[in-house]
Amino acid sequence: MSTATVNRRTFLRVSALAGGGMMVAAYLEPVGLLAQRGGRGSAPPLDPDAFVTIATDGTVTIVGKNPEIGQGIKTMLPMLIAEELDVDWDVVRVVQGDLDSSKYGAQSAGGSRATPSNWTPMRQVGAAARAQLLAAAAEQWRVPVTELTTASGRVMHASSSRSAGYGQLASAAARMPQPDLETLQLKDPKDYKIIGTAVTGVDTPALVRGARLFGIDVKRPGMKYAVFEHCPVFEGSAVRANLDAIKAMPGITHAFIVEPQPGVSGGVAIVADQWWYAENARKSLQVTWDNGPAATDSTARFDAEAKALSARPAESSIRADGDAAAALGRAAKTVEAAYAYPFLSHAPLEPMNCTAEFANGKLELWVGTQIPAGGAQACARAVGIEPGDVTLHLERMGGGFGRRLTNDYLPEAAVIAKTVGAPVHMRWSREDDMGHDFYRPAGYHFFKGGLDASGRLVAFHDHFVSFKTGDGNRPASSASMGSNEFPARLVPDLALDQSLISFNTPTGAMRAPGSNAIAFAYQSFIDELAHAGGQDPVAFRLEILGRTPLAGDARGAMDPARMAGVVRLVADKSGWADRGRLPKGTGMGIAFYYSHSGYFAEVVQATVDANKRVKVDKVWMAGDIGRQIINTQAAERQAQGSMIDGLGQAMALEITIDGGQAVQKNFDDYALPRMRHTPPVIECHWLTSDNDPTGLGEPALPPVLPALANAIFAATGDRVRTLPLSKSGYRWA
Amino acid sequence: MRVTLNVNGKSTTVDVPGEMPLLWVLRDVLDLPGTKFGCGIGQCGACTVHLRGRAVRACQVPVQNAAGAEVVTIEGLSPDGTHPLQRAWVELDVPECGYCQAGQIMTAAALLQRNPQPTDADIDTAMTNLCRCGTYPRIRAGIHRAAAVVASSAKGGGGTTPDQR
Repeated sequence: MSTATVNRRTFLRVSALAGGGMMVAAYLEPVGLLAQRGGRGSAPPLDPDAFVTIATDGTVTIVGKNPEIGQGIKTMLPMLIAEELDVDWDVVRVVQGDLDSSKYGAQSAGGSRATPSNWTPMRQVGAAARAQLLAAAAEQWRVPVTELTTASGRVMHASSSRSAGYGQLASAAARMPQPDLETLQLKDPKDYKIIGTAVTGVDTPALVRGARLFGIDVKRPGMKYAVFEHCPVFEGSAVRANLDAIKAMPGITHAFIVEPQPGVSGGVAIVADQWWYAENARKSLQVTWDNGPAATDSTARFDAEAKALSARPAESSIRADGDAAAALGRAAKTVEAAYAYPFLSHAPLEPMNCTAEFANGKLELWVGTQIPAGGAQACARAVGIEPGDVTLHLERMGGGFGRRLTNDYLPEAAVIAKTVGAPVHMRWSREDDMGHDFYRPAGYHFFKGGLDASGRLVAFHDHFVSFKTGDGNRPASSASMGSNEFPARLVPDLALDQSLISFNTPTGAMRAPGSNAIAFAYQSFIDELAHAGGQDPVAFRLEILGRTPLAGDARGAMDPARMAGVVRLVADKSGWADRGRLPKGTGMGIAFYYSHSGYFAEVVQATVDANKRVKVDKVWMAGDIGRQIINTQAAERQAQGSMIDGLGQAMALEITIDGGQAVQKNFDDYALPRMRHTPPVIECHWLTSDNDPTGLGEPALPPVLPALANAIFAATGDRVRTLPLSKSGYRWA
Repeated sequence: MRVTLNVNGKSTTVDVPGEMPLLWVLRDVLDLPGTKFGCGIGQCGACTVHLRGRAVRACQVPVQNAAGAEVVTIEGLSPDGTHPLQRAWVELDVPECGYCQAGQIMTAAALLQRNPQPTDADIDTAMTNLCRCGTYPRIRAGIHRAAAVVASSAKGGGGTTPDQR
């Protein structure tokens, strides 16, 4: 048999997926930002006909459609297809799909949405392919399709003892009519062979060999390298620069000013034969900048304005139930506290980069982006072509964390490539990355809580001070708070108010946006209230969760019963009731948080010495993300990584703004957690509930920050109300 | 200047400025993309390679300092990705995004070279590479796994188990 025959692949046509709208609905803000900055991906009609390819030798190739940022989606979505196709995982080869909404539907990474959005459609894709293979076998063998079964990539007819491998049936199956996806019978979960197991990441063997997988690894024939010098002040632009001097430097081929336009901030591009020449030439660059309106932004100003705003009536109301002021007035005990958290940088380890090639009115991109459709549109606009003339090859990303939801770096590369007329790999330095992020916004909460004589929470007020951009009147990107924030709906007299500081610092969604910050403030203050009322912090929370929610809009609200379930589970697993046995200086803190449809409660046990050195001894997590963990190994890794991320933020991370610039420039002053800071044990316990599975990229993160702060309180009696903890003198042991 | 390097057992001459960091020579000149760029200031360790048998951060090594010396990158750690650490990394599925993992493996390989049975404290001290995804628990487990595999194969393969002695 010739090689050509062996390798001939037959496409199984899978009909259009039902249930459209897989766009990242949870990420309204960044999508809005994209629209503002030059194009959002239109919600595509789903017409995929090439998810599954079966070769005559039975090899199955499955397209992973979504961007891979380390969340394991390139493995997980194909697992869903392979399960219902009923093939063994070891015959499956996974390839990354390019951006092609007409084939694959929505392709994005954000909001922990991939699991809930794709859980049914991807299984239907696999089931549809299987149905066509069954139909082909039924026709060939002239038997009713209902008499056929499948297993491990074979169709079987028990009564006649006939069977055929999928590879033998693939050609005929491709000619079978497309089944109606809604009528397909999906597997009973007890028959799962792939879903619910530990499947190794499809790229792991290549990763450990250092193979070329990432956007930064792309190399094209004749490719040049570029740097993009941004205005040091956020979103300022370049007026003039010593371009001739730069062009005369060794290895430099081009230097030019890029004018600002929607989706592209102004700056200076330097192009060279090697990236290092271009990077080195920046040291000699002299630019006159137009700083723009962000120049007066500073953390010092924000802090002062927040304090001033807190003393005045709030500008607007997010939620008002009953009469919080009156209830606070008649409460047996009231507690007031001011909480604050800083700006943060996403800091994915792979700096922003994009490879672009512009020729004959068409643009080709090789890039990692969490919203590729938006990136392609932004590039099309920037170079004056139609989005249909952009080809985008989706590269693996060295982390996303929400940074790559904003496609600012793509049009920069596109404009440079069009100007240069050659393939260009534009690569940011770490300093570019940290200095030109879309930061997790800082925020301030001025709380009042009221307890009755028995220590129950009866009144609650938060004056949330956040940010608006320029003269706007709405919170900036990722700087808003929802109206159903716990304990809302469960306290009869409650007010959530808001005032906004005007700024021009770019902000955006960072892993568990909003939640990653709000959880700290709310779950720390709830802890304060528990202690003020002489209550056990677990019992105090469970009592509130056990109340009947107020009627009214419950959009985005959690189910208190599901949350109570994980609180009880984590209390049980951590030995919460026996924490009195812990030695002096060691304490346990608990917190829970609902985000991205996930229910998470976490207990941190920490030991704090006299010099405020903190050792996290152990973390226990209980999570409820529905009835099915799809990839067990990846799930645990994602949850543990989220908690390590959160602990690192809590202890040491802060971006300080001064003069419209980030003070922190690199990892020497933005001290991400390292091996020695990692708790020796992080136990993950899953509570299965009868709900469709939801995502895991984010919801395990938020509770760990307040759980650590609450543990420090338990260990020391010191209530820390400002992040990072290092500002209060705490350090890793 | 012309600098002759010995990279992964092959002698190669490059014509670049002597102060150009080894990282960029490896990645952009020699097209060995496994060594990654994360910070450029020696903080993150994504660019870790072995220079004269020691783990170094290639972004901090001017290429002229590597002239004539043996350089090993992740591509040369084993001919076929079967170094015990690489196998352990696959068995435990250590990576999330995977960007830092080549550097982690190179740092760990140098650790095992000088300390075949590292304790957790040894690992804390040696493994200073950043993993933004927080795969540290699995990196630690992977090092222990590789150390155990090497120890057991040394016993079995060498025929020097205590009983046989």
